[in-house]
Amino acid sequence: MRLQVVARHLNQEKIVFLLTVALVIAFAALLPNFLDRGNLLSLVRSVAVLGVLGLGMLIVVLGRGIDLSLVAIMAISVAWSMQLIHQGLPVYAALALGLVFAVGIAFFTGILVAYAEIPPLFATLAMSTFVYGFGRAHLITGTDVVYMPQNMGWIVGLGQGKLIGIPMPIVIAALAAFVIFLFLRFTKLGSYVYAIGDNLAASRISGISVRPMLVLQYVLAGVIAFVAGVLTATSVEAMNTRIVNSNMIYDVILVVVLGGVGLSGGRGNVRNVIVGTLLIGVLMNGMTIMDIQYTVQNVIKSLILLLAIVIDSVVNPRDEQTGQQGDI
Amino acid sequence: MRSNGFLKAAAAALVALSIGGAPAKAADATNDPYRQGALESLKGKKIAYLPISIGFDLAQAWGGVVKTEAERYGMSFSSQDPNWNTDAMAQGMTALIAEKPDVIVTQNPDMQSLARLLKQATSQGIVVVQLNMQGAVQTDAFVGPDFIAMGEQSANMMLKKCGADTKTSHKVAIVQGVLTGGVSFYQVQGMMKVFNAHPEIKIVSSQAADWDASKARAITETALQQNPDLCGVIDVWDGQGIGTGAAIKQAGKQDQVYFITSGGGAQSMCDGLMNGTYSAVINYDAPGMGRDAWTAISTALQNKQGAGAIKTQMYSPTRLMTKEDVKAGTCWDPQQYAKILR
Repeated sequence: MRLQVVARHLNQEKIVFLLTVALVIAFAALLPNFLDRGNLLSLVRSVAVLGVLGLGMLIVVLGRGIDLSLVAIMAISVAWSMQLIHQGLPVYAALALGLVFAVGIAFFTGILVAYAEIPPLFATLAMSTFVYGFGRAHLITGTDVVYMPQNMGWIVGLGQGKLIGIPMPIVIAALAAFVIFLFLRFTKLGSYVYAIGDNLAASRISGISVRPMLVLQYVLAGVIAFVAGVLTATSVEAMNTRIVNSNMIYDVILVVVLGGVGLSGGRGNVRNVIVGTLLIGVLMNGMTIMDIQYTVQNVIKSLILLLAIVIDSVVNPRDEQTGQQGDI
Repeated sequence: MRSNGFLKAAAAALVALSIGGAPAKAADATNDPYRQGALESLKGKKIAYLPISIGFDLAQAWGGVVKTEAERYGMSFSSQDPNWNTDAMAQGMTALIAEKPDVIVTQNPDMQSLARLLKQATSQGIVVVQLNMQGAVQTDAFVGPDFIAMGEQSANMMLKKCGADTKTSHKVAIVQGVLTGGVSFYQVQGMMKVFNAHPEIKIVSSQAADWDASKARAITETALQQNPDLCGVIDVWDGQGIGTGAAIKQAGKQDQVYFITSGGGAQSMCDGLMNGTYSAVINYDAPGMGRDAWTAISTALQNKQGAGAIKTQMYSPTRLMTKEDVKAGTCWDPQQYAKILR
C-alpha cells in the first residue's frame, strides 16, 4: 500500500533524477576524484552543448513537433561562418550571415510544417538532408572540418573562457535555460506553445494564431542551434560537419525524452531537459573515467533509457485518460 | 612499338648514310625510343577514385595529385564521394566493378568491409591501389605509412619525455580513431609493443574518438581531470587531435603535457604546431602519397603483367616535425586540391 503511494508521486523526471543521484553516489564511491570540483565542471561542460540543443528541441516538442534538422543547421551554419572568415569576411558579418542562414532554414521548415502541413518528422528529416547536402556542395567546399580562424576575438571566449571559475559553455547553457524557462513560464507566447501542443484544434478555436506560432517555434530552435554551434566550434577550435551523420540528434532527443518531456506535446519544461542532460553527463563522464569504449558506452546509454521508460510505464501505466492521441 | 621505333631509326640512319646527311631525319633518331610505348600504355585508360570521403584533406590531396597526372597523360578520372558511409562505399565499389575501369584507387573504411570486393576487382583485371588504410587483402599496391612503425616511433618519443629516466608521473593517454580502422589499429599496436616493454609507463586512458574532434576533446578533458599529473598524450590523427590539443590548452597544461600526433601535413597541421596545439607531429605528406599512388598506377599499367601480378607495399616516407620546422609553405592548402577534384 505504502509502495503504491510512493509510486504515485514518481514520474519519469523524478525517476531519472533518482537514477542520476544513485549513479553519482556509486561513481563517487568507486572512482577517485569523481566528486572533484574540476571533474564535476568538466562533466557538466561536456554535455553543455547537448543541453542547449535539448532546449531547442524542447520548444519544438512542446508544440507537438520534432526537429531532426537541429544538428545539421548547427554544423553547416557555423562552419560556413568560419569559412567566410577564413575567406576574409569580417567576423561579425560572417557570423551574422551564418545566423541568417540558420534562421532562414528554420523559418522555411516552420512554413513546411505550419502551412504545408507536412508532418514535422518528415519535414525536418528532409530539411536536415537538404541543409547538409547543400552546405557541403555549395557552402563548405573545402574540407568537411572547418578550423576556427585565429582572429575571432572575444567570441573564442564563449567556448574557452571562464566566468568566476566556471567554464563559459556552462554559463551560456545555464543562461539559455533560464531565458527559455522565462519564455515558457511567463510570456503569453510561451503558454501558447503549451496550448498548441496540448490541443491544436482547441487553441485555434480560442483565437491563437496557430500557424505563425509553429513557425516561431522552429525559428527559435534554429537560433538555439546556431548558439550551440558557436559553443562547439570555439571550444573544439573546429566545426566538424560530419557530426550531421552521427547519432548526435538522437542524443538530443534522448535527453529531452529521458527527462520526461512528452513527445505528444504540451507536457514538460526546462527542468526535464536539465535532468535528462545531467544523467547523460554523469553516465558518460563515469564511463570515460572507467575507460569504457564509446561503442559500449552507447549500449549502456540506451539500456539506461530503456530502464527509465520501463520504470515509468510500470509506475504510470497508460490508459485512456493519460494517453494522448498522437503519442509516439 | 619499341621495335618499330628502332626500325625507323635504322631506316633513318641508312637514308642518312646513302644521301650523305639529312638533318631533319637525324632528329628522329634522337627521340626517346621508350616514351611512345609508355604513353600508349597510359592513354585512354580509366581511373576511378573511391575514398571513404572526399571531404577531408588527405583524400583531397591524393585525388588531386592523381587526377592532375591522369589528365596529363590523357586518361579519364572519375571520383565518388560516399561521405563516410561504409554501405554507400561498398555499393559504389560494386558499381565500379561492373563498370570495369582500368584502375580503382580506394581507401578502406576498415579492414573487412571492402576486402571481398577488392579481391573480385583484381580477379576481373582491374588494377587496385589502396591508400592509407589497407584492407584484409593485398592488391597491386598499398600506399601509406607503415603505421606499426609509426606507432613505435611515437611511443619511443614518448619514452624520452615520460619514460623511466624522467622525473614525471610516467602517465600517458592514447586517443584512438575508430577501433577497427587500420590507421588507428596498427598505430596502437606499434605503441603497445613499445609500452609493454616499459612497465613504468602507465596508460591511464586509451579510448576511441571516432575521428571526431569533439569526442577527442571530451575524452582528453576527463583524462586530464582524473590525472592532473598526466605526462603525455598520443593521438592517432591530427584531424581529431585538434580537439585533444584544445583540451590540453584549455586545462592550461601545455607545458606539462607532451602531445604527439600524426597526419598528412595540411595547413592546419602547421597552424597547430605554431599555436602549440601539437607538441610534435609525424607528417606523412599526403601529396607525396598521391605521387606514390600515381607511380603505382603508372607502373602497373606499363608493366602489362595484369592486375594483381605484382603486389607492393609502398610505405610513405615520414617526417618528424616540431614548431621549429614550420616555415612558410611547409604545409599545403587542401583548398587547392579540393578545387582540382571538383
